[in-house]
Amino acid sequence: MTALRVLRAGPRTTLQDGGRDMLAHLGVPRAGAVDRRAMHQVNSAVGNSPTATVLESTLGGDELEADADMVVGVGGAAAEQVVRLRMGERLRIPRAEGGVYVYVAVAGGFDVAPVLGSRSRDTLSGLGPAPLQPGDVLTVGALSAPPPDVAPMRDDAVGERVPVFSGPHLGLVGRQLFAEFLSAQWTVTPAADRVAIRLSGPRLRPQVDGIDSEGVVPGAVQLPPDGQPVVLLANHPPTGGYPLIAVVAFAALPAVAQSRPGARLRFVEAAQPRYR
Amino acid sequence: MAVTAAPLGDAAVRCVVDDLAQAHALHAAVTDAQMPGVVNVVPTWRCVVVTVTDPVFVPSVLDFVVSVDVAAALPRPAREHQLTIHYDGEDLDDVAARCGIGVATFTERHSQSDYVVAFLGFAPGFAYLSGLPAALSVPRRATPRARVPAGSVGIADGVTGIYPAALPGGWQLIGHVDERLFDGQLTPPALLAPGDRVRFMPA
Repeated sequence: MTALRVLRAGPRTTLQDGGRDMLAHLGVPRAGAVDRRAMHQVNSAVGNSPTATVLESTLGGDELEADADMVVGVGGAAAEQVVRLRMGERLRIPRAEGGVYVYVAVAGGFDVAPVLGSRSRDTLSGLGPAPLQPGDVLTVGALSAPPPDVAPMRDDAVGERVPVFSGPHLGLVGRQLFAEFLSAQWTVTPAADRVAIRLSGPRLRPQVDGIDSEGVVPGAVQLPPDGQPVVLLANHPPTGGYPLIAVVAFAALPAVAQSRPGARLRFVEAAQPRYR
Repeated sequence: MAVTAAPLGDAAVRCVVDDLAQAHALHAAVTDAQMPGVVNVVPTWRCVVVTVTDPVFVPSVLDFVVSVDVAAALPRPAREHQLTIHYDGEDLDDVAARCGIGVATFTERHSQSDYVVAFLGFAPGFAYLSGLPAALSVPRRATPRARVPAGSVGIADGVTGIYPAALPGGWQLIGHVDERLFDGQLTPPALLAPGDRVRFMPA
């Protein structure tokens, strides 16, 4: 059985895939890779399905040892590369540069037992495979990759400003808050994880403290009573009780998710596509 | 009134309906339709949010949800649960006093009411129940607890919540139930689902 042995792992190195679908109405977060584009890229580079299980390392620096010949792909917040590992060779996962999350795919995928249809570690509720630890042995799946089950994400370039759509609760909090959100410069605070990144900047003053709970989505920008926006990421809880003032455009979310604490973000209103 | 729907960002659709029953009807209709690209359908009080894997799937979801006649949709046969409750919550005495009644009267009225699972959220298996008599309603605690034990039954602002696991929480605790509310190894993993009916049976 082909496997990779974990020699060194950061405290926030986990396995991720496309996430748990159709369970949010039972309170289960979707979870899955924070940077879905990088997950697609590293999987495609080694011939896997785009949402095959990958290793997601926070900031990199982990070390793995191959117990057989295998091909791995590295990407995300590290230079994309495909590496052929010989039996006994070690892979040092590069330190993240210009981002947070580094991804590693292995041809055949990581084969761990799924929980509720996914091999993702849900870091909010603790479902799925435990964070990786030294000594863990990660079995590699069958080499014949299944056909892609989703189209790879388009690699739309994100400009200087992050495109956002206006949120659904501006009528409650005050429409001018959206303009204030767009005109300010925001700094990503250290309180960042797979659930959300928190922004610091001029205090926005919502006219309400909260709303009746509603379903939320990745990229939703919540405004708690402290007036500092929170951008939800892949591991967000299914519902939220704070007003949404904006939603990050789908194609821009990977870049936002990779923002490091201290990074400065500015937002611009995206053109709403005409559907009907 | 028909369903009002608009894109939420560019990879989700937010639908607004008149009431909880319509939200449950729309949740069921969208789920049953098994539309391509749909990865989550989340009902709440008057809202249903449908999330898709890619913006290309938004138009078909918009077209579908506005075609659903939620007012005419027949409710699914509701599942009924009888949960065994122990009225031993830390806040019970205080809650009854706030309501101006004795503990025995409070627990009798609480256990004689019919509840409906409005929605789940916050944590896996955490259910928000409607149906608390208005006379038993109290606000949240001023200071949340860092850890509320699994199985705890809390009330706040007219809603009853049941903690499936040990979690932080600000609800007024009136008791706990014996049943296990969430198990990731089971299908479905949650005991309760939106629309289910619940009775609390005193132990």
